[in-house]
Amino acid sequence: MAEKLYISTSPHVHCGDTIEKNMHWVITALMPAMVASFIIFGLGAFIVTATSVASCLLSEWLINRYLLHRDRSTLGDGSAVITGLLLAFNLPSNLPVFAVVMGALVAIGIGKMAFGGLGNNPFNPALVGRVFLLISFPSRMTSWPVPHQMTAYSDAVTGATPLSQFGYANDSIPGYWDLFIGNTGGSLGEVCALALLIGFAILLWRKVITWHIPVTIMLTVAALTGIMWLVNPVTYVDPLTHLLSGGLMLGSIFMATDYVTSPMTVKGQVWYGVGIGFLTVVIRLFGSYPEGMSFAILIMNAIVPLINNWCKPKHFGEAA
Amino acid sequence: MSPILTAVLVLGITGLVLGIVLFVVARKFAVEEDPRIGQITGLLPGANCGGCGFPGCAAFAEACVKRDSMDGMKCSVCKSEVMQQIAAITGHEVEAGAAKVAVVRCDGSCENRPRVNFYDGASSCAVAAMQTGGETGCFYGCLGCGDCVGACKFGAIEMDPETGLPVVDQEKCTACGACAKACPRGIIELRNRNKLDRRIYVCCVNRDKGPVAKKACAVACIGCGKCVKACQFEAITLENNLAYIDFEKCRLCRKCVDECPQHTIHAVNFPPRKPAAVAPETEQSAVAPKAEAAPNPVEQNS
Amino acid sequence: MANTFRMGGVHPEPNKLTAGMKIEPAALPKQAVFPLSQHIGAPAVPCVQKGDRVLVGTKIAEPGGFMSAFIHSSVSGKVAKIDTIVDASGQRKPAIFIDVEGDEWEPSIDRSDKVALQCDMAASDIIDKIRNAGVVGMGGACFPTHVKLCPPKDCKIDTLIINAVECEPYLTADHRLMLEYSDQIIVGIRIILRALGIDRAVIGIEENKPDAIELMKMKTAMVSGIEVMPLKMRYPQGGEKQLIEAVTGRQVPPPPALPANVGCVVQNVGTVFAIYEAVQKNKPLFERIVTVTGKSVSNPCNLKVRMGTPVSQLIEQAGGMPQDTGKLISGGPMMGRPLLGTEAPVVKGTSGILMLPEKDAVRREERNCIRCAKCVQACPMGLEPYLLGTASENADWETAEENWITSCIECGCCQSTCPSRRPLLDWVRLGKNKVNGIIRARNAKK
Repeated sequence: MAEKLYISTSPHVHCGDTIEKNMHWVITALMPAMVASFIIFGLGAFIVTATSVASCLLSEWLINRYLLHRDRSTLGDGSAVITGLLLAFNLPSNLPVFAVVMGALVAIGIGKMAFGGLGNNPFNPALVGRVFLLISFPSRMTSWPVPHQMTAYSDAVTGATPLSQFGYANDSIPGYWDLFIGNTGGSLGEVCALALLIGFAILLWRKVITWHIPVTIMLTVAALTGIMWLVNPVTYVDPLTHLLSGGLMLGSIFMATDYVTSPMTVKGQVWYGVGIGFLTVVIRLFGSYPEGMSFAILIMNAIVPLINNWCKPKHFGEAA
Repeated sequence: MSPILTAVLVLGITGLVLGIVLFVVARKFAVEEDPRIGQITGLLPGANCGGCGFPGCAAFAEACVKRDSMDGMKCSVCKSEVMQQIAAITGHEVEAGAAKVAVVRCDGSCENRPRVNFYDGASSCAVAAMQTGGETGCFYGCLGCGDCVGACKFGAIEMDPETGLPVVDQEKCTACGACAKACPRGIIELRNRNKLDRRIYVCCVNRDKGPVAKKACAVACIGCGKCVKACQFEAITLENNLAYIDFEKCRLCRKCVDECPQHTIHAVNFPPRKPAAVAPETEQSAVAPKAEAAPNPVEQNS
Repeated sequence: MANTFRMGGVHPEPNKLTAGMKIEPAALPKQAVFPLSQHIGAPAVPCVQKGDRVLVGTKIAEPGGFMSAFIHSSVSGKVAKIDTIVDASGQRKPAIFIDVEGDEWEPSIDRSDKVALQCDMAASDIIDKIRNAGVVGMGGACFPTHVKLCPPKDCKIDTLIINAVECEPYLTADHRLMLEYSDQIIVGIRIILRALGIDRAVIGIEENKPDAIELMKMKTAMVSGIEVMPLKMRYPQGGEKQLIEAVTGRQVPPPPALPANVGCVVQNVGTVFAIYEAVQKNKPLFERIVTVTGKSVSNPCNLKVRMGTPVSQLIEQAGGMPQDTGKLISGGPMMGRPLLGTEAPVVKGTSGILMLPEKDAVRREERNCIRCAKCVQACPMGLEPYLLGTASENADWETAEENWITSCIECGCCQSTCPSRRPLLDWVRLGKNKVNGIIRARNAKK
């Protein structure tokens, strides 16, 4: 007979889910987009990604160790790797190393650890880092290299991206197929819609996320841009191009669905998705920045506590 | 020059207008507050511990001013002089109560009370007490999760990692009673401080029958009643197999301490006796040796 | 498609190791122990004294109030003492100890195997008999059955639901009971229908028991008014409110509403069998089926056990406690209670004895909540466990009450899905207790 028994109360069994498992599946789901970025942008993409992930891990370790004096390392939970990957995916592939490191430091230090680490951050850390860089280095962050310069890094030739063309002539926008497979300029991970959709499928299959947030964002964007396009097809591009270009796919699948910074109930998640979609379209069509996804997500992140208060789950037996 | 001048003028005028508005609003909508409330709040410790039964120090101060007497109004944290000052402000009499200190009535260290199970639920005594008997065979003793430590606003309780029991720092303890309320097993009691902080108490709350209690813990009170017989002042009562020393009646003679076969009765802050005597547990090391002469039993409770 | 409840729920590993094992009788104990609080409500009051001789079926304790129940001896012998014992609640509680001598039954008990089909007693007589037999809900909650069969006057009851779901993993006591005593159960259902004065009963069985569904369908084919409803496998379908929703689609309003408010009475099959025995055979409730199981147990089994038998004896009959046992549980792994040791006796609510291996039993280290919302999705009551847990942890009882903490049915879905391994239910249970206390105090003041 066993000497001593454990005596905590029910439930006595667990489904076996852990933070690590969820995070590792997110990382797996990001892999197709990473591979695609290496193929499209070559050496530059690799340097930016590696720098970003390494500096995220290092800054989390240093902050944990020397600022917060925590004994236990939190690197193993995988959230720093995800932040690193997502930050890299939001940067142009010719961004200098020092800028990437700064972005990672802000993402982890200000975006996450300042609030107490994973679970307490109100904003998506990777987006905090990205927006910091966008404001600090506006020109570097908005001049993207054209694809297929395999060995180029800081010397890469930059060119226009589909989003920056929206305000101008319609004919210079790449075709749907090029947008879909990523044969276009843009941030590292956002260009290849195909790879991102594969990642989405992995996340849904492993039940890491539900479909609600990404799909409502995409539907809202499609609906709003569709209306504008129908009203004036000359000035405004069609909804499909909107969906396939810029950071919309990356943002809606991987950034808006971040557990910590998204609402708790399905109802809340739908409103959150609608809000992000609406803000994105407003910034894209009427704002001075070509891309609005990051700002839209951050603004909605700020509203999440309110959404959680408004959108309570329907309580069993409550009058409908 | 002119743009600067314009800016200065605009800002200046805006500031002036807003200042006037603020002044008028502040005058017109000022809430009349009894100035005594502020005075009393200033005297109070400001820890908002809730020991007085009010939501915080400000609420206590307000109640002090509003009530007709100071009956039952006592900030246990404040010294009696401070209470006198408060009473002077309100113009009421204040009753003088004896100074108290929190006393942990369990000595079930890992050594005395062997662990028979592992508790791995939420680390809270309240949760542990609700559904399980705890890690030991004793269903009354300390659970060791430290709810009292969390409840103490003054940092006066710490868990001793060696014994797994809470230790009260008698210098810091203000006897607010938060720990006693937090303890789901009612182990912590507020007892009189007495002269030189000397205290005698039964360090056990186990109400099981003797053999059961003894099996669970080597220093449990077994309800033998020897202390009751030894006490000349009828301060000790035996109820539900557990002895209890009434601190109002106890004259600190230490007879019961010697009688107890389980060494359950603790005498704190007494000078060591004759060399042969076993020194009881002392929270604070030796007290002034001048007090060597047997404590006068009459002059203890102030 | 089979019915089920709408909100939340999880799918724990079923682990029904003993589904194919026939019910065996357990050996008589040397000393039987009867805790006085085996049911919800006031503890019973002993009506025997030390040294009294009792027979099998003799009343040894009387109800301590309206919400209480009789306790009968399950053995014949002499009352050794009235003392305390550590029971499944994890507390030391008063109990009656009886030294066993022989096996002599009260003469009024009909011990024949013949199924007594006929019952034409009046409803009040049936309920009286059930009360006198000390029958309580056998699903685990131990609610006195006679109280449940007397619903408030202003509620019109139309459906009797028989809970044969057994959604708890590992347990197979109800499953075996249906396979081996189906005729008796049908008679029992008819008796309850008679007592309630209604004519519709639904037996809810989960789809993982196809043999039981088929057998009950066959047996009820000729009986009008009794229907067998297969239900989709999902935990906690055996919860009273979830079962009512799965079967009828009606939702019981939040507390203090009762199932009777939506016209339903739910009885566990074990209770139905006990009612049959009480009414038709004059046999008080002193025996029950207990599943003794665990992944490493050498001989897991379903036993027919006399109440008061120490758990250690059942474990011995199942081949002893495995070396790797980390937790001993009375009941199932989702809602069962941890036992502090093997001396605890079997009581009316003991549906199983589960020996969990240490690797399954030990909780992992608790981490920050990552707000993944899995607990919200899993909660069958539409609550927000993450919020309630934090509120209780911070002693914020107002927030807990505003967010319906009192509706929690303590099914454990939230905690068993939490990737951060937070002890959500531990906290929620504490909060629920506190808030219920606050509400009671407030009502008392009014």
